[in-house]
Amino acid sequence: MNAPLRNPEAAADDALIEVRGLTVDFLGGRKAVRAVGGVDLSIRAGEALALLGESGSGKSVTLRALMRLLPESRTRIAGHLRVDGHDVLALKRKALSAYRGGTVAMIFQDPGLALDPVYRIGDQIAEAVMRHEGVSRAAGRARALELFERVHIPSPARRLDAYPHELSGGMRQRAMIALALACRPKVLLADEPTTALDATVQIQILLLLRELQRDLGLAVIFVTHDVGVAVQVADRVAVMYGGHLVEVGASGDVIGAPAHPYTQGLLASRITPDSPKGVRLPTIPGSPPDLADPPPGCPFEPRCAFAVPACREGLPASLAAGPSHAARCIRLGVPAA
Amino acid sequence: MTDLDPRDRGGPAQPLLTVDGLVKHFPGKGGFLGKGPAVRAVDGVDFSVMKGETLGVVGESGCGKSTTARLLMQIARQDRGDIVFDGELLGSRALDLKAYRRQVQMVFQDSYASLNPRLTVEESVAFGPKAHGLSAAAALSRAHDLLRRVGLEPRRFGGRYPHEVSGGQRQRVNIARALALEPRLLILDEAVSALDKSVEAQVLNLLTDLKQEFGLTYIFISHDLNVVRFMSDRVMVMYLGRIAEIGPADAILGAPRHPYTAALLASQPSTDPEARLEEAPLTGDPPNPINPPPGCRFHTRCRFAAEVCRTREPGLDPVAAAHFAACHMASPGSGHPDAPPVPMAA
Amino acid sequence: MSIQTSLATGDPVAAVAAPEIPAVASRGYWGSVLRRLVRDPVAMAAACVILAIVLAAIFAPLIAPMDPFKGSMVRRLRHVGDATYWLGSDELGRDMLTRLLYAGRLSLFMGVLPVVIAFFVGSGLGILAGYAGGWVNTLIMRVVDVFFAFPSVLLAIALSGALGAGILNSIVSLTVVFVPQITRVAESVTVQIRNRDYVEAARVSGANPFTVVRVQVLGNVLGPVFVYATSLISVSMILASGLSFLGLGVKPPEPEWGLMLNTLRTAIYVNPVVAALPGVMIFITSISFNLLSDGLRSAMEVRQ
Repeated sequence: MNAPLRNPEAAADDALIEVRGLTVDFLGGRKAVRAVGGVDLSIRAGEALALLGESGSGKSVTLRALMRLLPESRTRIAGHLRVDGHDVLALKRKALSAYRGGTVAMIFQDPGLALDPVYRIGDQIAEAVMRHEGVSRAAGRARALELFERVHIPSPARRLDAYPHELSGGMRQRAMIALALACRPKVLLADEPTTALDATVQIQILLLLRELQRDLGLAVIFVTHDVGVAVQVADRVAVMYGGHLVEVGASGDVIGAPAHPYTQGLLASRITPDSPKGVRLPTIPGSPPDLADPPPGCPFEPRCAFAVPACREGLPASLAAGPSHAARCIRLGVPAA
Repeated sequence: MTDLDPRDRGGPAQPLLTVDGLVKHFPGKGGFLGKGPAVRAVDGVDFSVMKGETLGVVGESGCGKSTTARLLMQIARQDRGDIVFDGELLGSRALDLKAYRRQVQMVFQDSYASLNPRLTVEESVAFGPKAHGLSAAAALSRAHDLLRRVGLEPRRFGGRYPHEVSGGQRQRVNIARALALEPRLLILDEAVSALDKSVEAQVLNLLTDLKQEFGLTYIFISHDLNVVRFMSDRVMVMYLGRIAEIGPADAILGAPRHPYTAALLASQPSTDPEARLEEAPLTGDPPNPINPPPGCRFHTRCRFAAEVCRTREPGLDPVAAAHFAACHMASPGSGHPDAPPVPMAA
Repeated sequence: MSIQTSLATGDPVAAVAAPEIPAVASRGYWGSVLRRLVRDPVAMAAACVILAIVLAAIFAPLIAPMDPFKGSMVRRLRHVGDATYWLGSDELGRDMLTRLLYAGRLSLFMGVLPVVIAFFVGSGLGILAGYAGGWVNTLIMRVVDVFFAFPSVLLAIALSGALGAGILNSIVSLTVVFVPQITRVAESVTVQIRNRDYVEAARVSGANPFTVVRVQVLGNVLGPVFVYATSLISVSMILASGLSFLGLGVKPPEPEWGLMLNTLRTAIYVNPVVAALPGVMIFITSISFNLLSDGLRSAMEVRQ
């Protein structure tokens, strides 16, 4: 009955990333906070998925769980996480460090999280290549130069010797992408990497990511709160709300014909060039659920205009809204394949 | 539109705010004796804001929009240039700083950083009125009125600390705090940029209501062109400390005359998967305001740049009714191959 | 006996409690700090040790088994565990337990009072320098820099030497040592706070600078400065003991840990355990103050 929410096209066996029943609890407070409440997801090699949601929806936590970047002492991760044959939650120290960078790499909103301010960028990349592939420093440097050319950094040989603070915002972001690609990962996780950038620079980085994904056959999970950005980078969009994946589908379907009331509300409250002036914007009443005390059934039920008593009886199953489109809303009726 | 404000002096035809030749250079760091070349944050800006209108300001980092806001608030002092508020020159006997600041207030981008973590929400809102001589009780009741007006029940929210309310609620508190002194001009510096989209819509609706109710004039600074178009009557586009284009919102964002405005518009990712961009409208980052390029400041990134753009800085010339652009292509006889022909002398 | 009377007026407990005055300014924030502090076992253990030492010092006349000044030439340098002298006796045959209890009064007093005075003076100067900026800042901070040119131990000794031995002069010289340090911390915190959006918002509301500082700056600056000041108490105690050890602070026969360490040093080969006891007290007290200060810092950092 409770069919997992997945892309019906992606059979489980050809999935590069396979997430089943992922839950993440933050401990330490008086009450455990369930940041992610059971996410199912599968992504094939070379596929780009956008994880769309607002702050507190659990999108970044899901991404960090895939990389095991959450502080182990204060979080409890459960579920089944399989990436390129690795059982991610079972990885031991050494295997984990090979997995990070070698199989899965991550880029952040703030390049400062990835780039060390006191080392030249070229040395950082060469260092990562040497450590992972056991090659000489010269080979590492050569790879760094090749990567700088790959991410279209002008005069790459000179820029390799720059410190992070000597580069402009867009260049730093490109350098971070180069570092992430240093060990030839199969999966690139992107946590709002363009949010802090200017519009004219953001579009350059988005285009670069799409080019790299296509040319290198990377699987990409791109976390964002911006619908336009999601559509620009990804073919498939997954919408998160209150720690749950509420809707998944091809981006044209999810954005063009949203099936979940939350997605509908989110899109309706967006301002577009056609929004008539002087008319009140439609809004979603209320505020996102308190994750320490979530609503019993559908996470969106307290704010939903279509809520009925049945919505409170448990998390709705993932139901088909189209051939490659599913949502967790009881109004859809037919269970997803 | 609204009742005439008793503080109004020159009538509706007189601009509420006129800025003339505003210049602010920050001393550079580094170099010998710690003095490097100056950062030319705002480098000669003139504009005016009419009573009751919303002027949108857009531009990228380093374009000077935030510095302009800080100069208008007099958090920083301009090196040169005049600020005229409702016909009175700021700093003249008729308009001292204190009287000016009562009429001009600002809402900052970071809702958390702009509230004192050690004060409750109602204390923060009551601070301004109290500082202007209202009794503690009167200031508190004024704070409660305003909190209620921005949609926060004072009994529930008044006693809370900033970290105990959500981002959208904090920004409502900041709006209430700015309104506590009954300003006539409100500067909104990326006031909704940090909010989630569904919350952003709520706050924008609130701003629209407040403007009507209190007869406010807004300067609305944002990097989101759709939001600026929705909120503004007129729009000013800034690039490297100068105005690139200014005019009616629909003209600027519907039929831009400056290639930079056009590129900004084209850089917005579309929500239509069929209309995805395949090529970036501009390459590279915005240049550093320490060393703006000679001639037109945009020529290093402009695909239409001609010889004249590298040598001569274009003036802000009229291109249509109330629409001005600083581009040689829009200026007849500028020497740019794509410039319109010089009209025949009458 | 003049020292006894000055002790009675300068109650060490009042001196310890004084820096907590900012706690009243905003109950909500300090309440949550207190809650977090109570949950920190290390800080709580340190606080208990300090409380025990303070109480023991205050009630020394009631709990001390003997007279701190009455010695016996025949019962000198008894060992720890003696039937009469539980913690042994010193080189003049006085009961060590009694003297250690009484010595806590002067040692704590001299550890805490200079820091309290320096906290108020230094915070005032630092906030003035940080908020006013410009030439006021330059003037205050350059003077502070001059004091930083000397190591604090050397400065304390030089000042005490110049002023002459005595408790009051020791306190004055220790205060002078700590004022520049606290000023510098208060100044840097103030400069940070001053540029926060909420302070700018308060400034543009047209409030006068005094009101802005009182409402918006003070509470946010005094917190971190207070934490820093508590960490100086241990330094102050050690410096005060050092001055007494050198004969520049408390004069014999008054009991004071540093002075006791000095006079017992001749007995180090005869009865090393007893000779080390005052040092142990200094160590325990100062490390407790440091641990409490660390706990306080982490309790104040979290904002959730």
